[in-house]
Amino acid sequence: MTGTVIEAEGLTKRYGAAYAVNSATFSVAAGEIFGLLGPNGAGKTTTILMLLGLSEISAGKARIFGHDPMREPLAVKRLVGYLPDSVGFYDNLSAADNLHYTGRLMRLDGAERRNRIAEALERVGLREVANKKVATFSRGMRQRLGLAEIVMKDARVAILDEPTSGLDPQASVELLALIRSLKKQGFSVLLSSHLLDRVQSVCDRVALFSAGRIVLMGTVAELGREVLGGGFAVEVEVEGGEEIASRLAGLPGVRSVEEPGAGRFRIVCDRDLRAEAAAAVVAASGRLKQLSLDQPSLENIYTRYFQNAPEEKHAA
Amino acid sequence: MRRKGSAFQGLGVVTLKELSDHLVSARMRVLEWLVVLTALAAVYGAIQQIRAVTAEDPFLFLRLFTTARDPLPSFVSFLGFLVPLMAIGLGFDSVNGEHSRRTLSRILSQPIYRDALLFGKFLAGLGVLTISLVCLWLLVVGLGLLMLGVPPGGEEIARALLFLLVTVVYAGVWLALAMLFSVTFRSAATAALVTLGMWLFLSVIWPSLAPAIAQALVSPDNEATLVVTAQMLARLSPATLFGECVLALLDPTTRTLGPVYLSQLEGAVMGAPLPLWDSVMVAWPQIVGMVAASILLFVGGYVTFQRQEVRA
Repeated sequence: MTGTVIEAEGLTKRYGAAYAVNSATFSVAAGEIFGLLGPNGAGKTTTILMLLGLSEISAGKARIFGHDPMREPLAVKRLVGYLPDSVGFYDNLSAADNLHYTGRLMRLDGAERRNRIAEALERVGLREVANKKVATFSRGMRQRLGLAEIVMKDARVAILDEPTSGLDPQASVELLALIRSLKKQGFSVLLSSHLLDRVQSVCDRVALFSAGRIVLMGTVAELGREVLGGGFAVEVEVEGGEEIASRLAGLPGVRSVEEPGAGRFRIVCDRDLRAEAAAAVVAASGRLKQLSLDQPSLENIYTRYFQNAPEEKHAA
Repeated sequence: MRRKGSAFQGLGVVTLKELSDHLVSARMRVLEWLVVLTALAAVYGAIQQIRAVTAEDPFLFLRLFTTARDPLPSFVSFLGFLVPLMAIGLGFDSVNGEHSRRTLSRILSQPIYRDALLFGKFLAGLGVLTISLVCLWLLVVGLGLLMLGVPPGGEEIARALLFLLVTVVYAGVWLALAMLFSVTFRSAATAALVTLGMWLFLSVIWPSLAPAIAQALVSPDNEATLVVTAQMLARLSPATLFGECVLALLDPTTRTLGPVYLSQLEGAVMGAPLPLWDSVMVAWPQIVGMVAASILLFVGGYVTFQRQEVRA
């Protein structure tokens, strides 16, 4: 579980004078789920296509297990499983036949191919429909069939482009569970998405794309500290009591107290001050109605970041 | 910068898959029936005609292919018209179809190069066309044997086989054209319309337009130049090339496909058939022309495909 799987250094894609991706630098460690996040058109898919050798790299370099996707695309494509954005299959063929075709392209021979396909379909829960035509499949089933292809390939790293877009909540929860189970199996995963909270639940680290640049990178907690000013946010709802705000502000480790609504307080503090806040409210003879700790969410980080740096947003 | 690994890895897999797709597709079924029925009608007409008017003809069997009986055109003119339709029908959505089904990036993320995909599709299309044409050819020859009751001679069979080969090459030109447009246009409907438009233009309009253009280019006093120019222009159309090839191969008395010069008539017995090899020589430039056209068109499609972005 050590070593770097994907390495990108100053990866750049130019179309004429416009930059689709502007010197993106990141790396994905073995066994890690890494998320490329950002709005549509921020350069996530282009980055992925460059890593796969399907799009030419204008500048910079990319390495996948030490292979250059421009010069050794076959070696790269043997090691990487790719699930494109809204993946398509041959509708006139059955699920198993679709996998047989790609299996042949992967040069798996007869018996082994059959075994792996059966296993992979079992894994993603499509065993019952293995011989049904893909034309009858829902979007979620196609997406899972795409994952089955990666499982069959026994790829070392899975690159998933918008795996949950367009799926209903149930289907996307199932898909994310599958992705997590891939990680347990030892896959490294690079996934791109614009659906932030979904991705937050699976990613170890994320890189935030904006207008072709990576503007933030790290674990969700790190980004939270960096963008949201760090610390914890405790929300308290109180009925009655006197001088709650000043009492809360007086607690050690509190940076600021806001009062967004009557009886509602938001405390930004260095550590988890829920217990102390509760005690303070009770001491002020207030009735504590609610007490919660705000986890830094990607959604918050994202909105906050672009509020703070609006010029970046319009740079494109 | 050189890429590593063979460009042909996966070629066989792609070819076989495309071949089986074509062979079971409803589109193919329709095209086959269209070609078989019209061709049989033409041959039947030819047989009636031959029976009615035949004189001593050393190449009676070849008349099967070339004789027309009103109101039907001959077998070869049918092929000249319908083979392109079949090739276009097989090729017009070969690449953009993968785009619109969103399968292209998934297939290309497997360890193959784009070369294998495009070449495999071309080979499969050509394979299907060859199979159909061979069947058609056997059907016609069999029908001729049964209904004429005259066995063909060795040279006749050789000429008929060469004709078959030339027809496959002709089909290859149109297949390559259809694939070029299927790479260029993202929408299959646009590609089909443009290719069919090219087909109508090159087979129907261009042959009659060529003399007019020649008249505009060359002064009318110089009659020989005028004729040659018109012919050269007309030969830009693969349909013209195919027609000339067929004429030289199936009609052994054809001595030249251009204007006849006096020097060519020296010692010639009018109407005497040429030996097989000489007939091939007469048609050689046309054959090479068609092979070159299909290679050029394929390369055009290949280069465009290599530079194309994969994403939809």
